[in-house]
Amino acid sequence: MQELDTVGQGSVRVTRKSDKLVILEKDLATEQMVLAMGPQHPSTHGVLKLECLTDGEVITEAIPCLGYLHRCFEKCCENVDYPAIVPYTDRLDYLSGMNSEFAYAMAVEKLLDLEIPRRVEFIRVLVAELNRIASHLVAIGTYGIDLGAFTPFLFCFRDREIILGLLEWASGARMLYNYIWIGGLANDVPTDFSKRVREFVNYFRPKTVELQNLLTGNEIFLKRTYGIGIMPAEVAINYGWSGPMRRGSGVKWDLRRNDPYSIYPELDFNVAVPDGKNSVIGDCLSRHLVRALEMEESLKIIEQCLDKMPSSEGFNSRSAIPKRIRPKAGEVYSRAENPRGELGFYIESDGKSTKPVRCKARSSCFVNLSAMKDLSKGQLIPDLVAIIGSIDIVLGEVDR
Amino acid sequence: MEEGKAVSQSVQESAAAYRVIQEQFGAAVSAFDANETMPFFEVVATGRWVEIALFMRDHAKLKFNSMACLTGADYPAENKVGIICNFESLALLGHKVAVKLKCDRTGGSLPSLSCLWHTANWHEREVFDLFGITFTGHPDLRRILCPDDWEGHPLLKDYKVQQSYHGIKVPY
Amino acid sequence: MGNSLNAWSEALVGFHLLGLPLGLIILAAIPLVFIALYSLTYGVYGERKISAFMQDRLGPMEVGKWGILQTIADILKLIQKEDILPTSADRFLFVIGPGILFVGSFMAYAVLPFSPAFIGASLNVGLYYAIGIVAIEVVGILAAGWGSNNKWSLYGAVRSVAQIVSYEIPAALALLCGAMMAGTLDMQQINVLQSGSYGFAHFYLFHSPIAWLPFLIYFIASLAEVNRAPFDIPEAESELVAGYFTEYSGMKFAVIFLAEYGSMFMVSAIISVVFLGGWNSPLPNLGSLALNTWTNGPVWGAFWMIMKGFFFIFVQMWLRWTLPRLRVDQLMYLCWKVLTPFAFVSFVLTAIWEIYLP
Repeated sequence: MQELDTVGQGSVRVTRKSDKLVILEKDLATEQMVLAMGPQHPSTHGVLKLECLTDGEVITEAIPCLGYLHRCFEKCCENVDYPAIVPYTDRLDYLSGMNSEFAYAMAVEKLLDLEIPRRVEFIRVLVAELNRIASHLVAIGTYGIDLGAFTPFLFCFRDREIILGLLEWASGARMLYNYIWIGGLANDVPTDFSKRVREFVNYFRPKTVELQNLLTGNEIFLKRTYGIGIMPAEVAINYGWSGPMRRGSGVKWDLRRNDPYSIYPELDFNVAVPDGKNSVIGDCLSRHLVRALEMEESLKIIEQCLDKMPSSEGFNSRSAIPKRIRPKAGEVYSRAENPRGELGFYIESDGKSTKPVRCKARSSCFVNLSAMKDLSKGQLIPDLVAIIGSIDIVLGEVDR
Repeated sequence: MEEGKAVSQSVQESAAAYRVIQEQFGAAVSAFDANETMPFFEVVATGRWVEIALFMRDHAKLKFNSMACLTGADYPAENKVGIICNFESLALLGHKVAVKLKCDRTGGSLPSLSCLWHTANWHEREVFDLFGITFTGHPDLRRILCPDDWEGHPLLKDYKVQQSYHGIKVPY
Repeated sequence: MGNSLNAWSEALVGFHLLGLPLGLIILAAIPLVFIALYSLTYGVYGERKISAFMQDRLGPMEVGKWGILQTIADILKLIQKEDILPTSADRFLFVIGPGILFVGSFMAYAVLPFSPAFIGASLNVGLYYAIGIVAIEVVGILAAGWGSNNKWSLYGAVRSVAQIVSYEIPAALALLCGAMMAGTLDMQQINVLQSGSYGFAHFYLFHSPIAWLPFLIYFIASLAEVNRAPFDIPEAESELVAGYFTEYSGMKFAVIFLAEYGSMFMVSAIISVVFLGGWNSPLPNLGSLALNTWTNGPVWGAFWMIMKGFFFIFVQMWLRWTLPRLRVDQLMYLCWKVLTPFAFVSFVLTAIWEIYLP
């Protein structure tokens, strides 16, 4: 009898019986398996690929591979005029185009040192907050799908449809608006827009409760998200997390409140952070709860915008738009609180050209996703799906 | 104007932060550019960058705990490429500052900050991918947005796109 | 109405054509036609419509009135589709997998008593057979998952086998409680024992104060056995793409799909037979209002049986479109640490009840 080593990790004891090897005993050799999750996978929210090293159902390591949707946004920007970049920004985070446009317009306006009419500011905040609700509805709905609950998704889309209808009415497009221009807006909002938005707010308030009951009140949903993918506040900041992700880790910090822009200082709203009663601070459930709370805060902001908005008499949405946009030489780094976190624009102008020398979009999803490797270690495959869902990535913004 | 005043307030804070750094490192950092849109200084001695960054992160008066952004930039006139880092003391002191670093256009390298801020990891990979700056000490310096076997670094001003990629015609 | 239907069915039984008991054949064919119709078409259609109404949608509306022909159109499409065999798949297992699955799910129909007049095979161990034959599905799932040579399929297959094998224990124990109450394993006999003029009061669900426990345990376990939400982790579309049938397309996919709907009705029928009287009418006789007598009979039996099955299928769909999915370990926890101990408890309590009380 002799002991032989096999190629794998286990060992086999064999014996020779008339020129035949007979296996007496065999250790169960377990080996790790590489599992390519994506780029075509239902729950990677687009074309993200995760190279997972798995030991059974447990993920030893998950390495994100990006770039399947890379469209050279930054190179494109260097070749077009400043106003022509606005439509490109819609295509970064295509679920919250208004917010991206808002961030970009603010950056260039800072560079130009423009003063914006007050009504324009109000309309911008109004549409941006509407879009934030629409975006969070997608985030919450798809999170439900990730965890196997299909119905909340369709409830969310039913309500989102109304917002898209409103924004379409204002801008003419459902998702890629090109509505917020540098120095102004493409058009004033239609007559009766305020009335319809108010109707929507009144309609939507009870629906948030319905959504909470269906999803957050569900025992299985809580079991799947409670204590999964915990990110401590310190590490979250170190990772550069922003928006609902960072607030989910318990950092009460909102750009709209702590480094306010536009008319946000005049508005009264709360910064949503988890209270730690229902969830472990920093877990998937916290991030989900923050998004749910933020929708309610956005409703508040929308109502205040409608109340305080100056009248449209004698208002021209394009009055402050410069004839020719050629900022003086300099750089700007400006950011805005988007539904998925801070969208920052670094723009460099040489003072001569009508095209930026460098325009970089600091995408929140890109930064949020970079923590994936740490978050996924030692998790089960279903938990990995729950974590990706809670990060709420939009690959258009990750890959740019 | 309210807003204008608020901005200059933040520039003052940035200038105060800069003075702390300058006291410590002297000639390693350039003069402070106190513009309204993005106040910055440049690190001249790039070799000491990690040291300076660690000081910025941990000094009691600075506490730049968050790296908001890391941008690559091309300066063909000076034959240099560089990075611009935006730091912020988030939820602590609240001040912000931008730091610029430059290196040679061909074969240039800068020290990596991924040991200090996790977020620098992917940002630096992106800059490496699009500008070709090597970051020494980076744990995993691979291309991130372009395919691994892509030729050239697309955001350089003199970048010429390759004619074909795996038999697929590229320029259109 | 009830009487006339009974008279009609009795007349049908007595109907002979050229010496052949044609009426009996027609009567026996009713459930068979139903099986084919239901599981091949209207299970799927019902699911789509029910989910649509739960989600503020309309569901299929284009093919036929209210989209009623949608499933037929789907089946026609699936039949026309190219039958794709992945090059690296194990051909034999890949082909045989859906077949075993389909056979396993429909073989249990043999012992389902659809009415007093109709049962495919009146085995004296019918219940035992029904529990046992379901296990064949596991082989089909494993063959399909392994044969696909796809990592997602393998995950799905392994999960599915672990799940079905585990959940068979509480399911079988719960059914055993029913068998104890009846004192027989013959499905037809179990039904006969539950008939009586008080309708639902004779059902085993109301037979003893703890009968609801095995009923509930079997219902939960049966959801897991047929891979329905919230226990649909073997096909968990957001995790495993489609689980063990990721690589299937065309008619093979349709076969797997139909087997699932077949199993759904099968477990619903078993739970109706064991706990809810099967083909017995739930209506009681109230004095001169002999509701129970009027609504019993071969045709009525088939009606009640199918309605009870439909009710449980509806509950299954309702749960599927409401609840999120459990995680693998939570699923196993539920089986081994919750359902199995409670199944034992209900087993012991039922035994005590049967021995020492009426």
